[in-house]
Amino acid sequence: MDLHLSGAQPTDLERETIDAAFARAVPPPGTNGDRPMRSHHAGHDARARRHLLLPVLHAVSDAVGWISPGALDHIAVTLSVPPAEIYGVATFYAMFAVEPRAPRVVHVCDDVACGPNGGEEIAARLTDELGEEGAGQDVCWVRSPCLGLCERAPAVLHQRTGEPDLSQAPAGPDDVVAAARSDDPALADEADAAFADSRTSAPQTPGGRMPSGGPLRLMRRIGVVDPTSLDDYRAHGGYAALRRAVDLGPTRVITELEDSSLTGRGGAAFPTGVKWKGVAGAPERPHYLVCNADESEPGTFKDRVLMEGDPFALIEAMTIAGYVTGSEVGYLYLRGEYPLATRRLENAIAAARARGFLGADVMGEGFTFDIELRRGAGAYICGEETAMLESIEGFRGEPRNKPPFPSVKGLFGKPTAINNVETLYNVLGILEVGGQAFAEVGGGRSTGTKLFCVSGAVRTPGVYEVEFGTTLRELLDLAGGTRGSGEHADRLRTVLLGGAAGGFVMPENLDVALTLEGARDIGATLGSGVVLVFDTDADLTGTLRRIAAFFRDESCGQCVPCRVGTVRQEEALARLERDAPIGSRETEIALLDDLARVMRDASICGLGQTAPAAVTSALDLGLLDRPTTTSVNGSRNGKVPTP
Amino acid sequence: MTTTGKGPAGPGGGSTAPADLPVDGASEAAGSTALHDGPPPGERTDGDTRVPTAVGPTVVDPVAPARGPEERLSSGPVMLGPIRRRVSLTLDGREVRVPEGATILDALHDEGTPEQADTPTICWAPNMDPINACRVCVVEVEGSRALVPSCARQCEDGMAVRTDTEKVKHSRRMVLELLASSVDMDRASADVQRWMDEYGVDAQRYGPPAPPAAAGERDRRHAGHHHAPDGATAATVHQPVKVDNDLYVRDYSRCVLCYKCVNACGSDAQFTFAITAAGRGFDARIATEYDNPLPESACVYCGNCIGVCPTGALISRREYELREAGDWHPEEQTVSTTVCSFCGVGCNLELHVQQNEIVNVTSPADHSVTHGHLCIKGRFGFQHVQNL
Repeated sequence: MDLHLSGAQPTDLERETIDAAFARAVPPPGTNGDRPMRSHHAGHDARARRHLLLPVLHAVSDAVGWISPGALDHIAVTLSVPPAEIYGVATFYAMFAVEPRAPRVVHVCDDVACGPNGGEEIAARLTDELGEEGAGQDVCWVRSPCLGLCERAPAVLHQRTGEPDLSQAPAGPDDVVAAARSDDPALADEADAAFADSRTSAPQTPGGRMPSGGPLRLMRRIGVVDPTSLDDYRAHGGYAALRRAVDLGPTRVITELEDSSLTGRGGAAFPTGVKWKGVAGAPERPHYLVCNADESEPGTFKDRVLMEGDPFALIEAMTIAGYVTGSEVGYLYLRGEYPLATRRLENAIAAARARGFLGADVMGEGFTFDIELRRGAGAYICGEETAMLESIEGFRGEPRNKPPFPSVKGLFGKPTAINNVETLYNVLGILEVGGQAFAEVGGGRSTGTKLFCVSGAVRTPGVYEVEFGTTLRELLDLAGGTRGSGEHADRLRTVLLGGAAGGFVMPENLDVALTLEGARDIGATLGSGVVLVFDTDADLTGTLRRIAAFFRDESCGQCVPCRVGTVRQEEALARLERDAPIGSRETEIALLDDLARVMRDASICGLGQTAPAAVTSALDLGLLDRPTTTSVNGSRNGKVPTP
Repeated sequence: MTTTGKGPAGPGGGSTAPADLPVDGASEAAGSTALHDGPPPGERTDGDTRVPTAVGPTVVDPVAPARGPEERLSSGPVMLGPIRRRVSLTLDGREVRVPEGATILDALHDEGTPEQADTPTICWAPNMDPINACRVCVVEVEGSRALVPSCARQCEDGMAVRTDTEKVKHSRRMVLELLASSVDMDRASADVQRWMDEYGVDAQRYGPPAPPAAAGERDRRHAGHHHAPDGATAATVHQPVKVDNDLYVRDYSRCVLCYKCVNACGSDAQFTFAITAAGRGFDARIATEYDNPLPESACVYCGNCIGVCPTGALISRREYELREAGDWHPEEQTVSTTVCSFCGVGCNLELHVQQNEIVNVTSPADHSVTHGHLCIKGRFGFQHVQNL
């Protein structure tokens, strides 16, 4: 294959950035004084490095603000990837631009939690200050899907060229404008400092108790430990679990996991012990570990809180997973919109590596394990496990057809264990107390404790850790009940359980036990642990339109049911909202049902299969409000209106 | 088993159960497809299926007429290929045995009833790796919650496949309907037209189509952002035709995003990688880098993208001009088969001739040399023939 280049030249900055990013991953041979890529620029050697495409694109985007034709050509030469393919990958991600764009981009969350809680005010203010969405020379603003900061709504992400990104939440319109225009080099540090008090995100911390009276397990170190210090982590029991795992050996760790009945916390609830056993026993080598930290489900922020508050625990848990599954490399795929978590984890990985907790001889125990941090770039679909593998490999994040499953043919076609962040934190606890003891909490497939992301119309939103089997009512009470009224039972309209891919639970079902089985019995799902509360003032139709718009934006476009189905679903909801159905309201409902069925039955991956879930649930429960005279149509990006 | 009206098998519908089974592994790429009368399902043919002449690419090797096993044995060595285990599965309750590694679609084509063999396909082609994007070939497999793409899923022992359930028919109808409501499908193959008819597609119920996008507008859409619809019109991919070179025309209003052209340009045939899927979701499109015109891209004009396009989104400049002038008459076209004379490879060519003028060149998908793919000379270098 010959590369056909456009002839556009990279600027010096682009060239240096790309070369540096490449050299970080591939040390220069240093013999002929040539630039590092030259000696590799051929054959399998070069093509085997396509997985560096995403990090290199990030480097260019961070330094220059967009991917210019010159930069694209230089990446093509460096990685031996055809320019068109790079373009296809770059245009797949919302955070990358292939046209010149303002060096500072303010991403304003207008999703289900933030939109009605001040997100729209910020958008309106930024329109006044900076102009229309996407316009602006020095600073521009764009609407964003859920930024995973729902407990601090409204949230804003500042994506800044040549400077570190930062999150602001809760964000006032004045603060956002000031930050967007600020030249203060310490702005990112100040923004990070605003997240110092763990109680804002996890009200049970530090060192609180669950409703049953038991101490916190997953969040026990949050707010207690210094998230930047490896020594402090060790002083709080860190690396005891890895020591225990090494003492037990891989087989007995898997036995403990099977005894614990731990199921995956990412939404699919697959038994972790079975998954690890499959990968550990696979004859093909090498094995890979991937940690799915691309938390993007609207309303979900539990993994972020864990990673920001106790990052070393994730490094330790991944090391255990690598040891048990026989993987020497673990990829940590972190959501691109999590700047603080990125900084915390980069620091943690570097510290662990420097102290021998990662590398060629972990803790002197003779096994090799290291972690590569990969940042996503604004694509919900990359949280789907096979899309994530494609993304890591440097391709568009389009899900693969299953089977084969990743534990057989995963990353680079090799056996791969993919685990959610919360699942891995559970492994630490299992090694501490033993699988049997872990399984004594809860029952069936729902053992141990679970994190729930409570947000919306509650007094104290945040991540709550409860034992499986706690009822939804108890959880809401823990979060202070419905906001703004004494008798919250009267004010509560509904609860969105499981996220945009989940369903609604009505007040009469508040006593449902929060277990996989309990949720299933009432036709709901725990999903990623989203508990988004709506009071009687909420604009549910607007919420549904925002969810439909979310899936329309986040579909990868590979398969027809999801690519076109999500568009048609949004259009039908828009017609119902305007009370302008084609035919009658009943034909529109039937149309939505037809769409829901084909998306659920025939889509390739979980995104398409669950894209109609919340809409179907709302229609079944009669939650789609009749249009009102105040309803706005079409002019607000299908997203939540200003209250 | 209910085969009520749907699950069609019209005369000349392209897919009939093979009369006799080939020796296992004896035929090269297409298995028993070579025994079919007409073009296989999903192949592009112009105009009505009832037109007797073979127009458009076919998989029948014209210089190697179908022969029975005895004849093969008498005429030389038989290429047996690797010996493969057979697996048993049921198709709508009827047990069949297929070679290990065969896909469900292979089983339906080779062992199925005429109705089963007539499984609709769009992104599948006999000469390409399964792409698994259109989802129109879905079937139900016992134990699987979601439907399964028959083109990509390999048969397993004990698998129970159902093709005639309401769930299957609903999904097939909706996939065709969603395509018809967003893409200009009127130059898709006659089979696709027939399937849309038979599955009861009603594209009108999504409202009138939205006006076409301005030239280049769809190419600039940013992933993760779209303008809110009001639902009054149905979003489409309609846009002006791209004419930027002497050999191809790209009419992306007809693009169903089946990825065939991308794969033919890339790792399935040509390894040129001039085009890619860019953007995301409904705004995804086939593009060169920065939407550059083809002459500025890596394109080598092999035309293999044209050869695999199922909906007429990619056609030759000559065909485009004739169509624009109203002079495109597929019913008058004849096909002459020959061997390309440019080099020694020996590619089979099918010259599509209209009014004594070559208007298109194709190659049979099952030909052992070309697998349906050609180079720029074979596909476009025919003017000298007419300059005599």
